[in-house]
Amino acid sequence: MKTTTKAAAAAATAAAGTGLAVNWIRRSRARAAAPGASAESRNRWRAVTVNKPAAEAAPDGKLPEPLAALGDRVEVRITPAPDGRGTEIAARLRAPEPAGPAAMPGRLAGRDPRQEVRSALRESKTLIEVGEVLRMDPQPAGERTSTPGGKLLDAVTKRARAEGML
Amino acid sequence: MKALCWTGINKLAVETVPDPQILNAEDIIVKVRLSTTCGSDLHLLGGYIPAMRAGDILGHEFMGEVAEVGPAVRNHKAGDRVVVCSFVSCGRCWYCEQKLFSLCDNGNPNPAITEAMWGYAPGGCFGYSHAMGGYAGSHAEYIRVPYADQGAFAIPDEVEDMTALFASDAAATGWTGVDQIGVQAGDVVAVWGAGAVGQMAARAAILKGAERVMVIDRLPERLAQAADIIGADTINYASDSVAAELRERTGGRGPDICIEAVGMEADSTGPHYLYDQLKQQLRLETDRAIAVREAVHACRKGGGVFVLGVFGGLVDKFPLGAVMNKGLTLRGAQMHGHRYIPEILDGMARGEVTTSHLATHVLPLDQGPQGYRMFKNKEDGCVRAVFRPAG
Repeated sequence: MKTTTKAAAAAATAAAGTGLAVNWIRRSRARAAAPGASAESRNRWRAVTVNKPAAEAAPDGKLPEPLAALGDRVEVRITPAPDGRGTEIAARLRAPEPAGPAAMPGRLAGRDPRQEVRSALRESKTLIEVGEVLRMDPQPAGERTSTPGGKLLDAVTKRARAEGML
Repeated sequence: MKALCWTGINKLAVETVPDPQILNAEDIIVKVRLSTTCGSDLHLLGGYIPAMRAGDILGHEFMGEVAEVGPAVRNHKAGDRVVVCSFVSCGRCWYCEQKLFSLCDNGNPNPAITEAMWGYAPGGCFGYSHAMGGYAGSHAEYIRVPYADQGAFAIPDEVEDMTALFASDAAATGWTGVDQIGVQAGDVVAVWGAGAVGQMAARAAILKGAERVMVIDRLPERLAQAADIIGADTINYASDSVAAELRERTGGRGPDICIEAVGMEADSTGPHYLYDQLKQQLRLETDRAIAVREAVHACRKGGGVFVLGVFGGLVDKFPLGAVMNKGLTLRGAQMHGHRYIPEILDGMARGEVTTSHLATHVLPLDQGPQGYRMFKNKEDGCVRAVFRPAG
């Protein structure tokens, strides 16, 4: 009985492993067949939903200042959210977005154009909903001793309004 | 001013730091009268939430006196006695409008960190790492409070400082769990953890009309508080089988509602504790979800489980099969204090909500490191060490 169970389990594991391998090959082929068409490589619309009707979010179609400051570098789309739940404000870069590992130096240095779009969207949302953007500096803290972990956290925090899933 | 700062894993120091300033028009500066340790601080102290920077000021549960107000503040003036919600919420985004204040879209100025961890960012929290906004905490003589008309609440004259203090977070967290999971009159409720939050959850359940409330812990002094002051039944997991006790006390059904108020550093007497400790120390899981597992198993079919304890990331051996096959409702949240603090202060004024017993040790801020040591090690029956920054 134990042997049968073990054999069945081994067969199931092998089948699952084969299934995974087949799926991986299919996905790889799909990517290979359509270069440049993967989900990550196209310019995405990045969007926030503000808790205001469109007439207040963008009166007379006027963009909030942080987005307006990006000028022609972005397309902007303003649409009502479903069920009257505010207004969706979306922006998309016109120039191709940096992609892959080659984009990392720009992201770390704060030169990635996507960071400007994220910051502008977040600041626009806060300005529309609250009226001003939260300031965090200066604020009290004790001695900031220099450690590798601390430097890493400083770098992450410095970009925290401009990065993220948006 | 003086402040109690995190300086490294399990290291704290009282340092002289710059005073806070009004930075936004809706800010106030509060002169802190009382600021308490919280079990969730221990996760920061021990390095389990790796977004602390040396020099960060700890503390998120506090009350005090308004010292200065920004030009757009309408509800407060210098000299007012206030208790401040530990979460920073704007009051105007969609989540705040739904009264889900800890999910505020505008309260966390560092959204990228928690978006990467959890998909979307919750609001900010005072003194709770750069993942939760990087706000300076309340273990200091003064603290800046953004969105003050939303998050600071006038304390009724009849409520003493030490009682009001715990409306800031512990009581509001307990109220959040009980209300959000939908405790109803006649329910049988089990609460894991007899710390301040567990006791407050038990009290909230009793006030909601729960027929029977049972609090589970291993520390006799905390269980005694839960029984004598809160009015709950108790189970000591060090000497009793929790599962067997709950079955026996609920006619074999299991509790209608199970509330977990323990968090990511749960203790246990079983071998699974060693397993979880090992995995957590090796960073193969971030959280020890021992009490959550037990709550999910113990809950009656079709019942509700609420996760009130703080968790940061990933857990192992989560009984998803029990959640699905028993038809459980599983919920969790940080506290929506803006929603519950007015009701809690009213309850305190009527004498229905007692909290000052939680402050078993009251110390000047200079003794902050010792206070955290006592609190962490549960020395001398410490339930909460509370600091008086003014001495």
